[in-house]
Amino acid sequence: MEYLDLIFQETYKILFLLVPVLVSVAMIVWLDRRVWAFVQKRQGPNVVGPFGLLQSLADALKYIFKEIIIPASSNKIIFILAPIITMTLALIAWAVIPFGVDQVLADINVGILYIFAVSSLGVYGIIMGGWASNSKYPFLGSIRSAAQMVSYEVSIGIIIINVLLCVGSLNLSDIVLAQKDMWFVIPLFPMFVIFFISALAETNRPPFDLPEAEAELVAGYQTEYSGMMYAMFWLGEYANILLMCALGSILFLGGWLSPIELYPFNLIPGALWLIFKILFLFILFALVKAIVPRYRYDQLMRLGWKIFLPLSLTYVVLTASYLFYFNLLPTN
Amino acid sequence: MIAHAIFFYVFSIIAVVSAVMVTVSKNTVHSVFFLILDFISISCLFIMIGAEFLGMIMLIVYVGAVAVLFLFVVMMLNVAQQKNQWFISKENSNHIPIGLLISVIIFFELIIVIGGWKYKPDLFDQGNLSIVNDVSNTHSLGMVLYTDYIHIFQISGMILLIAMIGAIVLTFRQREGVKKQSYLKQISRERAEGVEVVEVASNKGVKIDD
Repeated sequence: MEYLDLIFQETYKILFLLVPVLVSVAMIVWLDRRVWAFVQKRQGPNVVGPFGLLQSLADALKYIFKEIIIPASSNKIIFILAPIITMTLALIAWAVIPFGVDQVLADINVGILYIFAVSSLGVYGIIMGGWASNSKYPFLGSIRSAAQMVSYEVSIGIIIINVLLCVGSLNLSDIVLAQKDMWFVIPLFPMFVIFFISALAETNRPPFDLPEAEAELVAGYQTEYSGMMYAMFWLGEYANILLMCALGSILFLGGWLSPIELYPFNLIPGALWLIFKILFLFILFALVKAIVPRYRYDQLMRLGWKIFLPLSLTYVVLTASYLFYFNLLPTN
Repeated sequence: MIAHAIFFYVFSIIAVVSAVMVTVSKNTVHSVFFLILDFISISCLFIMIGAEFLGMIMLIVYVGAVAVLFLFVVMMLNVAQQKNQWFISKENSNHIPIGLLISVIIFFELIIVIGGWKYKPDLFDQGNLSIVNDVSNTHSLGMVLYTDYIHIFQISGMILLIAMIGAIVLTFRQREGVKKQSYLKQISRERAEGVEVVEVASNKGVKIDD
């Protein structure tokens, strides 16, 4: 009986986390298109609902009622499994994101490693989708994307080490609390910039959207997908982008902490601050999409391996020696 | 404890079944996917015994990096087709006896090793060993790795580095006729060297040297 109670409670908590995440994914797609349109002096989606807010809902409805087409020569099980894996992985990572003191689903000791592991698994959804389609464009797209995601993961990992050196713990709540005096964006500003760009590459956003470069590869690994399965890829992608924004705000922008510990700012709950920061980073993501042209593939690889990796490694040495020399290494 | 046991059995059954499927399944790509499933369930088992750091590292290193490379190789080389050719054609079947010989040798080695295996005798006597709960997994691992076993740790890192350099040296080849871009050259180009104003005589044209 107590097990049932426990399961019920946990399910309730999980739903309370996942439903807002999914709704905000829908909203964020609208925001993305709106920002993109405004940069190009267009209106963007503004017809369905107030300011076009319900556009994504209408899109989702359309996707649900479309037929799911499975190519005859595809590997059916893996073909169906791929979007499911993408979306599941994008959603389970939210379990460790803290929205306030103790406002977290699973407060595990290795939270940051968990997020890193889940985001490194994200590549499988894409590889499986591309391979199972049994078609040239999806396969090329998935190979490209796998190489890209694996390369940029390396630099993200080393950037995370930079932050961990200053914190002395792998727990995400500890990482946020360590920024009480100063957000890490100030001492680690170069790392924040590199993290932002690597996050763009990791989530296959423009200017690094080579996996789905529509001029060369139709739609990359998603070419053969239709209806709800395409929508799941799409939802997973945007949930991943949100997750990267959340990770960036937790690692560098102080998570749920308010920027100034003064009277009017204290009243705003921590979760709202985190949401503001996520939105801020996401608008930056959307602006980059509108402004920057797409990279060539060799330029992308060069940027990842020859520039970001040495830079972040050097910064690890710098941070470690600074902390060691001034005796600031965290001890716990 | 019942839930714990149920989870343990679920994960270990998945691990064993997928390990068998790695060798049994006909499609090589499927084998790699089963291998990944095996890695994942084993990292779940690691997490269940409280070794959360090891479990996560297992996921990041094996599933996130090594298995991706495996998949790459298997998908690109189309190994499945090649294997079938080996089994069907007569000329190339001399691979099989050698493979069988090696696998028999490894099998007997395993039997010898496992036959002589004993659990550390004092492992069970130390049941009342005090486990410090306020030191996290990562912390205690780091304390051991970077103090008592620092030399072994560093040497294994060196071995991996040398292996990596060796692989690069073996596969590196200088190809001819590959056009490369020099960013420095492109950026430092000026108008004077790019544009030339030429007086063109009527009906003569210009000779462009290139």
